[in-house]
Amino acid sequence: MSNSGKYLKIFAFSYLVFLYAPSLLLPIFSFNKSQVIAFPLTGFSFQWFETLLYQDSLHQALKNSLIVAISSCILATILGTLASRATTRYDFKGKQVSLTFILAPLILPEIIVGVSLLIVLIQLGITLNVWSVILGHTLLLTPFSIIIMNSAFNNLDISLEEASMDLGENQFGTFYRVILPLVLPGIIASLLIGFTLSLDEFIIAFFLTGTDTTLPVYIWSQFRFPKKLPTTMALGTILLIVSLILLSLSEYFRRRTSRSNNSILEE
Amino acid sequence: MGGTLNFSIKTETIKGWRLLSVPFIFSLLLLAAPLTMMFLLSFWTQDYLTLDKTFTLNNYIEAATQPVYRLLFTRSLLISLTATFFTVALAFPMAYFISFHCGERKALWLFLITIPFWTSYLIRMFLWKVILGYNGVLNSFLLWLEMITEPVTFLLYNANAVVLALTHGWAPFAILPIFVSLEKIDRSLLEASKDLGDSPIDQFFRIILPLSAPGVIGAALIIFIPTVGDYITPKLVGGTDGLMIANMIQVQFSKANNAPLAAALSMSSLMIVSFISIVFVLFNKKYLRRY
Repeated sequence: MSNSGKYLKIFAFSYLVFLYAPSLLLPIFSFNKSQVIAFPLTGFSFQWFETLLYQDSLHQALKNSLIVAISSCILATILGTLASRATTRYDFKGKQVSLTFILAPLILPEIIVGVSLLIVLIQLGITLNVWSVILGHTLLLTPFSIIIMNSAFNNLDISLEEASMDLGENQFGTFYRVILPLVLPGIIASLLIGFTLSLDEFIIAFFLTGTDTTLPVYIWSQFRFPKKLPTTMALGTILLIVSLILLSLSEYFRRRTSRSNNSILEE
Repeated sequence: MGGTLNFSIKTETIKGWRLLSVPFIFSLLLLAAPLTMMFLLSFWTQDYLTLDKTFTLNNYIEAATQPVYRLLFTRSLLISLTATFFTVALAFPMAYFISFHCGERKALWLFLITIPFWTSYLIRMFLWKVILGYNGVLNSFLLWLEMITEPVTFLLYNANAVVLALTHGWAPFAILPIFVSLEKIDRSLLEASKDLGDSPIDQFFRIILPLSAPGVIGAALIIFIPTVGDYITPKLVGGTDGLMIANMIQVQFSKANNAPLAAALSMSSLMIVSFISIVFVLFNKKYLRRY
């Protein structure tokens, strides 16, 4: 047992190196002086981060991405909360089928979702802009929101709701004053994860973006210019740090849902 | 009594649907309607900008008979299946290590595994191009170490590079479901089988592997279905020998201006993927029942 455990440990650490190798290159080469992405390193420099400050098309793309990410994470969280509340609280006909259908974008190849949406928008003669991307992203993010909200609603004690109704609150009051505060950390986690996923999403945005380029579509266009590589690496480093912060926050809130609900039950 | 029961079922249905209808209608409008539209379009013909709406199977016939599409379908499936196999094969021992050998530090290891995947997919796939390229990180590193005298070219722009990048990119989607299914295994089963004389190898094949099968099957599907339609990876690291069906769908849709053919190719890949997935699940159901 201990021998096989030793081999497993060696495997686990080498696998971890493989998993980290590409991402570690981002910070290394974004601070490297040379314009060529290759070893040996030539020296430390902030110049690639500086050039990011003077690129107007990048700033426009960032603005579009923020509009898309904020709108679609809010819309998806509303839809996800409704779907999750309906399916965790009530039992009814057609529940499983419709839920599976709403969750389908989670596994469908994105190119199929993107192309089919584009076909409809073109047939209807709708101009592509940030709104078409927002709708596409909302469709994509709703399943993630449902999964997060499911764990928040499943941790909810139904007797709290019944107590509130017995004490004279109506349904709206019960939802607003009892349920909402308890699932709020879940809602925040869903917003943060949705925001991060939307900020990173490329395929749907690539098809539906029209002239309102989002950040990943901008990055894709930069890949063609070898001279701009270090700048793109610097941008990638910033994005990685932003994602790390946002997802750590969402993990913190997601854990708080289960903890706060458990502590109420213990009292 | 029966009346109140009926009544409560009725109110549950009303209350449930009142909430679920909004997201459901949204999905109908943005997923079902577009897929139906794409299905219809695949039976039409496009002549530059005008759409001929007479029913025809020509697009599907073209998709099935033209060598280039057959090649792309086969290659997409092969790349995706190979990548799925390697991802799951590497993820299993990792998940096993975390579940059985990490004790208190399980959460830390899971956290360590997910961090690299917080870089955007686009940039991660691009980084593989940076690593494997002619003047890339790996070549320059090996030259620097004087292990090679000139850069090697077989690393980038082929199907193997796509498989490697996918195996890296989808790792957490395999590790996490397999880990969850391993966590669910009742540890007393292992003690019992050990007491009854099973060797560790017996234990692995008779208890751990069959009981973790749902996680393995889930992981395989989660990776196989989306990667068949991956656009980014083959475009960045595949070269011409590593292009896949999604790249052709995009070309037909934009540059070639043949949306109906793009629709037929999309529908065909969706059908092929669904067929393989269903067969895979059925095959494994039978396999599972033996235990």
